[in-house]
Amino acid sequence: MMVKDPYKDLKLTVGAVVEPCTSLINKTGGWREFKPVIDHETCIACGRCETFCPDMAVKEVEEDRYEFDLDYCKGCEICAEECPVDAIKMVKEAK
Amino acid sequence: MDKMLTGYDAVAEAVKSCDPDVISAYPITPQTDIVEKLSEMVADGELTSEFIKVDSEFNAASTCIGASAAGARVFSATCSQGLKLMSEVLFTASGMRLPLVMAIANRSLSSPLSIWSDYTDTFAEKDGGMIQFYAEDVQEAMDNILMAYKVAEDREILLPALSCLDGFILTHVQEPVELYDEEDMKQFLPDRVPKYTLDPSNPVTMGAYTRPEYWAECKYMVQKALMKSKDKIGEAVEEFADVFDREYGLENNGLISTYKMEDAEVAIVSLGSVVGTIKNVIDEYRDKGEKVGLVKLRVYRPFPVHEINKALEDVEAVGVMEKHVPSGHQAGVAIDTKSALYSTGKRIPVLDFLVGLAGRDVARDNIRNVIEKTKDVKGKDPKEIGFDGEEHWEPLRTEILPEGI
Repeated sequence: MMVKDPYKDLKLTVGAVVEPCTSLINKTGGWREFKPVIDHETCIACGRCETFCPDMAVKEVEEDRYEFDLDYCKGCEICAEECPVDAIKMVKEAK
Repeated sequence: MDKMLTGYDAVAEAVKSCDPDVISAYPITPQTDIVEKLSEMVADGELTSEFIKVDSEFNAASTCIGASAAGARVFSATCSQGLKLMSEVLFTASGMRLPLVMAIANRSLSSPLSIWSDYTDTFAEKDGGMIQFYAEDVQEAMDNILMAYKVAEDREILLPALSCLDGFILTHVQEPVELYDEEDMKQFLPDRVPKYTLDPSNPVTMGAYTRPEYWAECKYMVQKALMKSKDKIGEAVEEFADVFDREYGLENNGLISTYKMEDAEVAIVSLGSVVGTIKNVIDEYRDKGEKVGLVKLRVYRPFPVHEINKALEDVEAVGVMEKHVPSGHQAGVAIDTKSALYSTGKRIPVLDFLVGLAGRDVARDNIRNVIEKTKDVKGKDPKEIGFDGEEHWEPLRTEILPEGI
């Protein structure tokens, strides 16, 4: 996703009030050591991974199908921990 | 209208007159009765505020900043450990420039545990970007609530403001007070007009992460607003005098008031309820022809540097009396008074008397001791006294200390 750099020509306001969604520029996916990989055969589409993801990086891309937004997933593993059917595995990032 | 009220009921009446949209608080002695009274007013339909019950002071402060961000006039009250639990949130409120007013029923911080009064709770918040008012009596505690709102919600200020009153000594005493006329209130404190608000139809982000190249400038703006609040407090006391006919340090921007300082050679600098007794003792000295005066701090943050310097211009020795403990250096008001004097080039002895800790009585004899010790160093070069000679615990019961201390 293309995001406008909110810091470009930024002038401060009192209380540093800014337009919404400015943190999208900070792609936190770079922090990740392990990435989540979902096995769609096992997945029961309960949506717990989406509920628990602290970074809103789990998306329901089509009905009953969940994928990860790796631009923002930090690899915290909460989704894998919460998955009731162990459909999410954490795989070491290889560069 | 004159009425006989306890400090806590009186503060609740003042808050009611300010008509906050949201009140959120958690009980803690000796503050509890303030919000208990407010919740009673809400339950009885006398007050239309949304009273939000929470599970801790952290949550109370968070609720207040959320409501303030939505444009509400907000109120909370706490003290001691409760204020400590709010501290993290209150530092955030000042950075986000969200006005909120709190009554603080000053009480010692643990440990040792104490429910009694001193300023170890609020003085510990001095670096948090909050305005701090202190009251000598119940009426001033009430009036400071009104002035706190006036200044905190000013669009050039937008900061949290604490209206402090000594726990028990002022919260649980009954004094005759004057309540506020509704028309006068409308004139003195119109509805809040927020600068930015949380509004789903026009979304903004408040309290965002800030990179190093912006953070300092945000804090610079807080400091500028705090310094500017001195003039705003000055305007507030003037307007207050016009509307309500009571005066608070009009000559000194409302930040300090002075007592018999005109020709004083020895000055006591102090704050809070003890000021009343100090005035009585100063009268004794004046009757004997001794030139002793008092500087009463009404506001501790922002610190009234220029007003203090002006008041101490011709003084030969200063005795600070504060209900605070030093922590690896001297205590708050002594440090600040000395640093204020530094810019004037004036070198006079400033002794620091630590009094009234955890509600210990400050009797006339203690105040006489303070004045006598301060008189003794009159005209001395501070070098002769030395840093260690400036600190005095009044009194210190050395006989109960373990050996070797």
